[in-house]
Amino acid sequence: MQGPDLSVAAFLLLSALTLGGGGGVIFSGNIVYSALSLMVSFLGVAGLYVMLEADFVAGVQVLVYVGGVLVLTLFAVMLTHRIEDIKVSNRDVGKLPGLAAALAMFAGLIAALEVAPWKLPAEGVAHEAFASTQSIGNALLGRYVLPFEVASIVLLSVLVGAVVLSRKEVAEPRVSDDA
Amino acid sequence: MPEALGLQHFLLVGAALFCMGLYCVLTRRNAIGILMGVELVLNAANVNYIAFSRYGVGGVDGQVFSIFVIMLAAAEAAIGLAIVLGIYRRSGSIDVSQMTSLRG
Repeated sequence: MQGPDLSVAAFLLLSALTLGGGGGVIFSGNIVYSALSLMVSFLGVAGLYVMLEADFVAGVQVLVYVGGVLVLTLFAVMLTHRIEDIKVSNRDVGKLPGLAAALAMFAGLIAALEVAPWKLPAEGVAHEAFASTQSIGNALLGRYVLPFEVASIVLLSVLVGAVVLSRKEVAEPRVSDDA
Repeated sequence: MPEALGLQHFLLVGAALFCMGLYCVLTRRNAIGILMGVELVLNAANVNYIAFSRYGVGGVDGQVFSIFVIMLAAAEAAIGLAIVLGIYRRSGSIDVSQMTSLRG
């Protein structure tokens, strides 16, 4: 059988991409390299979404993360560092306690993964694929219409807030109405 | 035909990614590095949502939630980086161990 082997190979490749990118983010001493590794990780996650039949979310992931968040991060990196001192820009301290905490968390998650009673479909029920874009559209304008509208307000306030926070403060001449 | 890949495999990747993000947040001293760690954590949560949506019984709900998470992550990045830029303009450094002006 060709199918399962191929999907396992794709899964291993995409997880290696995702986790390798994550490793680059956390171990690189140069923050520009960290940002580029973050892109690799985002693309690996998008590939995992495709494997999980979530093609619309994969597209959103590429558009928003790779096209938006990453470019924003790179802009912030470039604006906050002089080009000369960028080599040691990503200092990390407390490696040992951090590693211990992360490994303890990982062990706890693995233990939870083993014992948790996941609510899976009954044995023998074949998984049926559905058109994800159409179902998401119906869900967003049906059952989830209130969160959807709240999200638009959140995005508007974020837009205004980011502009207010990051603009240059101009010393305006005060309009003195009372001498 | 039994499926070669199950829910557990994807949850494992999500757990590993989450712990990487946690390590990044704990050890970085660069504020932008910390924000990158937060992005890794949010991505790990999204992988779990999508995996449950595929292998669980929730249908499309997991995908809808992951879209909300992506939206909030973008909002968080925009506001977080704007704050970082503001701090840089005020103090000339984005090293979080030097942001002690609120210490009593």
